[in-house]
Amino acid sequence: MLEFVDSAAQAVSRITDGATVLIGGFGNAGQPMELIDALMDSGATGLTVVNNNAGQADAGLALLIKERRVAKIICSFPRQSDSWHFDEAYRAGEIELELVPQGNLAERMRAAGAGIGGFFSPTGYGTQLAEGKEVREIDGRHYVLESPIRGDFALIKAYAADPAGNLVYRKTARNFGPVMATAAAHTIVQVDEVLEESLNPEHVVTPGIYVDTVVGIPTESGVKEREERAALAAGQPKPCLATKTAAELAAEK
Amino acid sequence: MSEFRSTDAPLTQDELAQVIAEDIQPGSFVNLGIGQPTTVSNYLSPEKKVTLHTENGMLGFGPQATGDQIDGDLINAGKIPVTELPGASYFHHADSFAMMRGGHLDVCVLGAYQVSAQGDLANWSTGKPGAIPAVGGAMDLAIGAKDTYVMMDLFTKKGDVKLLPECTFPLTGVGCVSRIYSDRAVLLLDSSGIVKVRELHGITLEELREAHPEVTFETVGA
Repeated sequence: MLEFVDSAAQAVSRITDGATVLIGGFGNAGQPMELIDALMDSGATGLTVVNNNAGQADAGLALLIKERRVAKIICSFPRQSDSWHFDEAYRAGEIELELVPQGNLAERMRAAGAGIGGFFSPTGYGTQLAEGKEVREIDGRHYVLESPIRGDFALIKAYAADPAGNLVYRKTARNFGPVMATAAAHTIVQVDEVLEESLNPEHVVTPGIYVDTVVGIPTESGVKEREERAALAAGQPKPCLATKTAAELAAEK
Repeated sequence: MSEFRSTDAPLTQDELAQVIAEDIQPGSFVNLGIGQPTTVSNYLSPEKKVTLHTENGMLGFGPQATGDQIDGDLINAGKIPVTELPGASYFHHADSFAMMRGGHLDVCVLGAYQVSAQGDLANWSTGKPGAIPAVGGAMDLAIGAKDTYVMMDLFTKKGDVKLLPECTFPLTGVGCVSRIYSDRAVLLLDSSGIVKVRELHGITLEELREAHPEVTFETVGA
């Protein structure tokens, strides 16, 4: 049953020790920072986390890892210039890592959400990351059997939710959100705007059937969105719109 | 297929980017890898109507954002703020990689540690013991586009060859690279393992063969 709650703490209160949690975001875009902070405060531990990365700097997922709340991480790109908390936990042998190519990571969650028991992917064939996995040649091409990744919970950030729990996202902050929403038993969403009116059904990206808990939390995304709308209302182009291509800019230099 | 050509000096990075840009067909959908391959976009003229894909979920991004254009929700795969061009679209990660894996992208340009004569690619790990692994979208990109081009120096800074009969570093993809664009040579690869030489810059065919005694080279049109 869809619920709208008042705080991030309420939104994550169901998450228990040992849960598998899918956390959206690519870098900081679409990362549900306030939900992750609330998960930290909840004390839940022994978590398996699925995210593209393994935390940046001293915020969000990086802090969960620093406090050793994450027993296992499934991700594509843990090593970054500012992933020091993951690096330390990994070197100390205090976190398990399952490294998955980014597209396989997304597709394995898509499969879980779509009720697919496994799929043959060409990505990773002939590499270390396919070792021990079933390989099949289909129409002259080699594929590797990949399994679904299901979550007990998904924590994602969308831009707005309507009363039916339908979601829209903002720019590249969409990234893993729509896929994770389908792959978890219980999907928790933070949005900048909780709408009183229904979204245009043609514009819905994640239908409400995939959404369980919604909490409204204002972030920088809302600030940028309002700036953009104000510009458009004043008959000006969106601030993020390029007036020149890279080649035109390079030619001017 | 153009004819064999050679010049006396190695290509600069900008000249190399320009050579690649000239080979990208008008109307193509292209993914440029993080780092050096990004510079190819500086030479893709607007008249060519090439659309750039970034695997975190966007087609039609423009140059790096500056000043008021910067929006934390609008970044490329290198996590750098970028801009929208008219006609841009956003989509989720599974769609983005399906687009790639499904053969809808025309060209992907990637960097490389090593490439084999049959087009195997090694660009995600040097296999150093104790190093923390990270693959990102490298394996998906390597096999995803209709054509995968590698942009690299022909030799390492230490002077080691990067084109080998077999890669010694962990593989990113098997038989996936169709062309190497390097400072000293433009090379065409296929499953035969015979490397076709399209361009040489500051190196002769004899010197190329001497440096790579285990690789067979033929000039294009030969």
